[in-house]
Amino acid sequence: MTMRDRFVTSAGEVLADPRSVIVLADISADAFAPAAARHPDRVVNVGIREQLMIGVAGGLALTGQRPIVHSYAPFLVERAYEQIKLDLGHQGVGAVLVGIGASYDRASAGRTHLAPADVALLDTLDGWTVHVPGHPDEVRPLLRDVVCGTGSAYLRLSTRSNAEAYPEAGDLRVVRDAGPGAPLLVAVGPVLDAALAAVADRPVTVAFTHRPRPFDTAGLRALAGTEVILVEPYLAGTSTRVVAEALADRPHRLLALGVGRAELRRYGGPEDHDRWHGLDAAGLRRSVDAFLDPA
Amino acid sequence: MTTTTATELAALLDRVRAGRDFGANVYSTLDVLQVLYDRVLRVTPATVDDPDRDRFLLSKGHAVAGYYALLAARGFIPVDWLDDQGGPGSRLGDHPDRLLVPGVEIGSGSLGHGLGLGVGTALGLRAQGRADPRVYVLLGDAELDEGSNHEAIAYAGATGLGNLTAIVVDNGSATHGWPGGAASRFTVNGWTADTVDGRDHDALHTALTGHDHHRPHVVVAAVADGE
Repeated sequence: MTMRDRFVTSAGEVLADPRSVIVLADISADAFAPAAARHPDRVVNVGIREQLMIGVAGGLALTGQRPIVHSYAPFLVERAYEQIKLDLGHQGVGAVLVGIGASYDRASAGRTHLAPADVALLDTLDGWTVHVPGHPDEVRPLLRDVVCGTGSAYLRLSTRSNAEAYPEAGDLRVVRDAGPGAPLLVAVGPVLDAALAAVADRPVTVAFTHRPRPFDTAGLRALAGTEVILVEPYLAGTSTRVVAEALADRPHRLLALGVGRAELRRYGGPEDHDRWHGLDAAGLRRSVDAFLDPA
Repeated sequence: MTTTTATELAALLDRVRAGRDFGANVYSTLDVLQVLYDRVLRVTPATVDDPDRDRFLLSKGHAVAGYYALLAARGFIPVDWLDDQGGPGSRLGDHPDRLLVPGVEIGSGSLGHGLGLGVGTALGLRAQGRADPRVYVLLGDAELDEGSNHEAIAYAGATGLGNLTAIVVDNGSATHGWPGGAASRFTVNGWTADTVDGRDHDALHTALTGHDHHRPHVVVAAVADGE
């Protein structure tokens, strides 16, 4: 079962609460057809109209409903950014955005369907919770948790996954402990397995989180020594600001790895792009070696 | 029924104006605002949080001076707030902020946001089974240039969103115009429409109450070009 499947099932359950409304722009509309048949007024498909999708979410929230807005990541977050800024944030209301097609999940579709900057873009706004699950089993509890709140949250679903699920990993969760003072590697979401493989024979502590916003800065301060390595499945450096602020009073070195900024204009599959962006185990290993063993 | 006289309103507007020059759009919107607040909207200062109130969403947020004057005239905000509009301690910006001004349903200013929010509000009321309250969204003809409006117009028409009324104050300010009239953009999508003299209060009242509860309704309030 994919993250998307888990989302569709879990969102269907969440509709038991009469406050919940699912807002779609054609993407996944077929999957939500049974839920729409049960709750015709609370599964809204506006057609291929992303500005309206977010505006509708804002209006629903103004009446006290809890919108769950779902589409493909670039259309959900980037296309209607001003609606997200004004129709939600400026109105003082929240919504749950659930994206599929993270970074280069559909690499062969090309640039139009790639959205590695989604988390960085939402990070320009105040008060957002961002969840990046690393395994399909993490999706249901995360969705239920954010739907119960009133603020704005983004669930970044991917076709990529770690072998194991960590359902309670909003705060940094140590997966591998190399002892006090060891370099700390923080892996966000589905890049954990590659990161663990990359440092398998190095004394590096590895911590996992599926909640980059708000980032667990207290946990970071408790775990970090001098060297910190961030591995994120979206735009490289997205969390650099947060880590730098959290450790501003301490001498430290930071390596921030993630998806590169350049448009590669190459197709292939996600694994190819992992390699090209240095996010496969071998690429991460090269970057970590260069950082920890400077020439 | 409480009504606001033109003299009262002019005095309040003068307090907002504080010697500055207003654009023509301030005056072109005044009549429709007066008719809405005096004769149409079922909302009072006591019911601004009542889930069954009518909603008025000012989408063309720059038409704010008359809006503030009306809100003061009807007791939503203290009259003395008008004296320092836009000042560092003021709650009244050049565009309205719903978190700062009682009775203001949406913060607006960037064109093309009100109708989408209005569609969502209408859907929320419908999901809650509230058949009584109605959602009114005020736009300008130039604001219709924004494509987001056309997403909302098409969807609301296709789904028969019967608790929604759009009001377009048409002062001929759209750069490339609306050949065939602004209303035709709505009616082709299944809305009912009335185009009336935007200065004629009785005609406005008839148009603003002319919806059939099955389809969304648009009132085009025509005023002189550039007003």
